[in-house]
Amino acid sequence: MQNHFPLWKNILVLTIFLISLIYALPNLYGDDPSVQVSSANATAKLTDDQAKQIEAAIKTAGVTPKAFEFNNSQVLARFTNTDEQMKVADSLRENLGDNYTVALNLAPTTPSWLRALGADAMYLGLDLRGGVHFLLEVDMDAAVKQAEERYVDDVRLALRAEKVHYQSVAKDNGYIKVIMKTAEEKADVLKVVKKDFRVLDITEPPASEQIWLKISDLEVKEIKKFAVAQNMTTLRNRVNELGVAEPVIQQQGENRIVIQLPGVQDTTRAKEILGTTATLEYRLVDMEHDVQQAIDGHIPVGSRLYYEKNGTPHLLDRRVIVTGDQIVDAASNVDDNGRPAVSVTLNGIGATKMGNLTKVSVGKPMAVVFIEYKNETKVVNGEKVRHKEKVEKIINVATIQGVFSKRFQTTGLDSPQEARNLALLLRAGALAAPVDMVEERTVGPSLGQDNINKGILSFVVGFALVVLFMAVYYRLFGIIANLALAFNVVIVVAILSMLQATLTLPGIAGIILTVGMSVDANVLIFERVKEELRNGNAAQSAIFIGYDKAFGTILDSHFTNFVVAVVLFAFGTGSVKGFAVTLIIGILSSMFTAITGTRMVINWVYGNRRVEKLSI
Amino acid sequence: MLISIVSLATRGLDMGIDFTGGTLIEVGYQQAADLTVLRQTLTETGFSDATVQNFGTTKDVLIRLKPHDDMQNKDISAKVLDAINKTTKEPASVRRIEFVGPQVGDDLAQDGFLALLYSTIGILIYIAWRFEWKFSVGAIIATFHDVIVTLGVFSVFQLEFDLTVLAAVLALIGYSLNDTIVVYDRIRENFRELRKTSTEEIMNISVNVTLSRTIMTSLTVVLVLVSLFFLGGSVIHNFATAMLFGVVFGTYSSIFIASPAALILGISPADLMIPVKEGADLDHLP
Repeated sequence: MQNHFPLWKNILVLTIFLISLIYALPNLYGDDPSVQVSSANATAKLTDDQAKQIEAAIKTAGVTPKAFEFNNSQVLARFTNTDEQMKVADSLRENLGDNYTVALNLAPTTPSWLRALGADAMYLGLDLRGGVHFLLEVDMDAAVKQAEERYVDDVRLALRAEKVHYQSVAKDNGYIKVIMKTAEEKADVLKVVKKDFRVLDITEPPASEQIWLKISDLEVKEIKKFAVAQNMTTLRNRVNELGVAEPVIQQQGENRIVIQLPGVQDTTRAKEILGTTATLEYRLVDMEHDVQQAIDGHIPVGSRLYYEKNGTPHLLDRRVIVTGDQIVDAASNVDDNGRPAVSVTLNGIGATKMGNLTKVSVGKPMAVVFIEYKNETKVVNGEKVRHKEKVEKIINVATIQGVFSKRFQTTGLDSPQEARNLALLLRAGALAAPVDMVEERTVGPSLGQDNINKGILSFVVGFALVVLFMAVYYRLFGIIANLALAFNVVIVVAILSMLQATLTLPGIAGIILTVGMSVDANVLIFERVKEELRNGNAAQSAIFIGYDKAFGTILDSHFTNFVVAVVLFAFGTGSVKGFAVTLIIGILSSMFTAITGTRMVINWVYGNRRVEKLSI
Repeated sequence: MLISIVSLATRGLDMGIDFTGGTLIEVGYQQAADLTVLRQTLTETGFSDATVQNFGTTKDVLIRLKPHDDMQNKDISAKVLDAINKTTKEPASVRRIEFVGPQVGDDLAQDGFLALLYSTIGILIYIAWRFEWKFSVGAIIATFHDVIVTLGVFSVFQLEFDLTVLAAVLALIGYSLNDTIVVYDRIRENFRELRKTSTEEIMNISVNVTLSRTIMTSLTVVLVLVSLFFLGGSVIHNFATAMLFGVVFGTYSSIFIASPAALILGISPADLMIPVKEGADLDHLP
C-alpha cells in the first residue's frame, strides 16, 4: 500500500510536535523587571523576618511590587516597569546596608505548570538584553616567572637547611642555575634537589660545577592552570559584589576568562570592582592589652584595632608576619581528625618569617586580615569624585599550635563551607598572576531592545515572504511545506530552550536563515514529484518516487551544510557560536519536518485513495 | 572573479576591529548629529585617527579608533565619550562600545582561517567519498569562486569585514556546496540511467532539470536575507550583505562552474559506474 504511514509513525511525529510546542511555549511569555535581594554572605540564607523587613523597605520606596516572592533564600520583587524597578533598587541599596546584595533581574513570567515541566524560556544574550562582556587574559609568562622566583628562594632555603655549601643560586635565562665550588658540593646539592624538588628538571653542563634546574613542563602546566583558577575565584567574588543577576564567568581557551554581566550599564564601576586589588596580612593578636579600652580610644602604641566581619573587635600587633604575596596556595580540606581545615603554603621568604615567629609564639593566637583597595567613583554634588578606599577585615583568628614554616593548617573551623570560604579569601589575597583586559563589549539597553524588535521583525517578514512564495508556487503542497516550516521553527526554539542555550542576534539570524534553507528539502522533493508526473507517472507513484529519489540528494546536500556549521561551532566564539548552534539544530530538525512531517500530511490528504491530479 | 582578486590584492579588505583590534563606539542622539564638530573635538583630544560616520540614520554615529599603545585601551571609550559630551548640547546615549585588544584580533583571524581550512578539507573528503575526486575538486573550485567573489565585493566597496562576515562566508560555503551537490547528485544518477548519452549532454540535462530547484531555493534564501538586510539592524547588516552576495554568486557558480570544472577534469560515466555505497543507502528507505 503506497503513501500510508503506520499508526506509530503518525503518533511519533505528533508527539514530537506536541512536546516541542510545550517547550517552546515559555518564550511567548515576557519578562518582569524585578529586583532580587540575597544575603551578601554566600553561606547565610535570608530568614522570614529579613524577608518581611525587605518587603517593608520596598514599601517605603513608595512603590507597590506586582508580586513579591520569597524562596531559595532570596527575595524577588516584580515590577511593572523599569522605572519602578530602578527606584526600588536604589532605595534598597541605600537602606539595607552591606549585608545584602541587591541585583536587577528580568524574571520570566512563565506559568508554574510549565516551569514544573522544566520548560523555561531561552536565555537572552547580552546583545539582546544589554550588558557588558569582558575578556581578560591572564599573563602566563608572569605566572611562570613568579614561580621561578619562588623556586630560587626555596632551593636556597632547602640547601641552607641541609647545610649544603654552594656558591650561588640565581635565575638565568629560564633556568635556575646553582653554582658550586667542588665536585663534592655538587653531589650534595644534587641529592637535595632530587629529594625535595621533583618538579624541577636537572641539566648538568659538562665539565663545570654547575647544575641547571628548569621547571618541568608538567609543573608549568599546573602553574598556568592554577593562575587561571585563582583569578577566576577572585573575579567570582568581585562579581558577586557587583550585584548582578545571572553573571557568566568562564574560562575560554588556555589563558582567558570571559565575564558577562547582563543588565550592567555602568562599565566604569564594573571595571573598578573587578580591578580591586586585595592582599592579606598575618598578625599576632595582642593579648596584653584590653580590647574594650582600645575601643574607648586608648589604643596601645604597638597595636592596632581591627574588626571581624560580625563586628567582634581584636587588638592586633602592628608588625606584620606574612603578607598575601608570600602565600603560594591555600586549599580547604580536612585535618587528621576529619574536621574542616585550610592548608596554606608559603614561599621561601614567608616560610622563614613564619618559622622565626612560631618558634617563639606557640600558644598565641594569630589573625588573618583581609585588605582590599577599592577604586570608587561617586557622584558628590553633581561631580564625579574618584577615591581609593582601603577596607580591612579580620577573616580568621587561630591559635599557633606548634612551630611551622612553609606549610601549615588552620583548623577549628565550624563547617566545610567556612573552610572553603577562608581558602577562597586567602587565595584572593594571595599573589595572583596579573590579568589584562583584552576585549570589552557593551550593549546599551536601548540597543538590546532594538535588536530584539529588529530580530523579530525580520524573522516575521522573512517567514511571511517564504510562506507566501511557497503557497503560490506549489499550492497545496506548498501549504503543507509551510506547516512543516512552522513546525521546524517550533522545534528549533524548543531545543534551544531545553538546552538553555543563549539566544543572540546572530542566533536569530541563524533561525531566519534556517527558514530560508529548510524549504530546500521540500523544493527538492516537490520538483522531483513534478518531474515524475511529467514523465507520465500516476499521482500516487509520483509522490512515492519523488520522496524516494530526493532523499539521497537531501542527505548529501544537507550534510555539507552540517559539516560547515559544526566547524563554525568549533572555531567560533561568542555570537558566532550562537549562530552555528541554531544552524546545526535547524539543519537536523528541518530534515525531519521537511521529509517525515510533510510526508505525513501528504499521506493524510492523498494516501489510500484514487488521485487523478495533485495540487502542486 | 578577476576584479575581485585584483581588488583583494591591491586594496585588501577593510578589516573590522574584531581582527585589527581597536575601539568602536556607537552613540545615538535625539537630533541629527554634526559629524564635523565631533571629528574636530576628537582630533583636539588626541584621537586624530578616529573615523566618525553616520550609521543607519543621521542621528546614529559610529566612531572607530585604532589600538593605542600609549594609553590604557580600556580607558579610551570613557575619554572619547567625555570629549564628545562636552561639545554637544545633549549627551549621547551609548548604544554599544566594543574594545578588542590586538592579541585577540590575531587569534580570531587565525581561528577564522583554520575554520575555512578544516571545512574545506572535510567537504573535499566527503564528496570524494560519496562521489568522485573530480567532482570534489570541481565543487571546491566553485566554492572558492564564491568566497573570493564575495570577499571581492567587500574589498571593492570597502565594506567592513568583521566576525559576522566571516561567519557568513563560512555559512556560504555550506550553502554553495549544497547547491553544487544537488546538481552532482543528478549527474551521477543520469550517468547510470542514460548510458548511451554523452557526458556533455548528461551534464546539460542534469543542470537543466535541477535548474528550477536551484533557483527556487536561492529565491527563498534571498527572500529571508533581504528581510534581514533591511530590517535586521546594525549588528547583522554586514552578515546579511555577505550572505546576499554569496547566495547570488553561489547559485551562478553551481550552474556555470562546478559541472564544467568536473568536465574539464575529464569526468566520465565510468567513474561512477559501481554504485556500492549508494545502493545500500537507498535500500532502507520507506
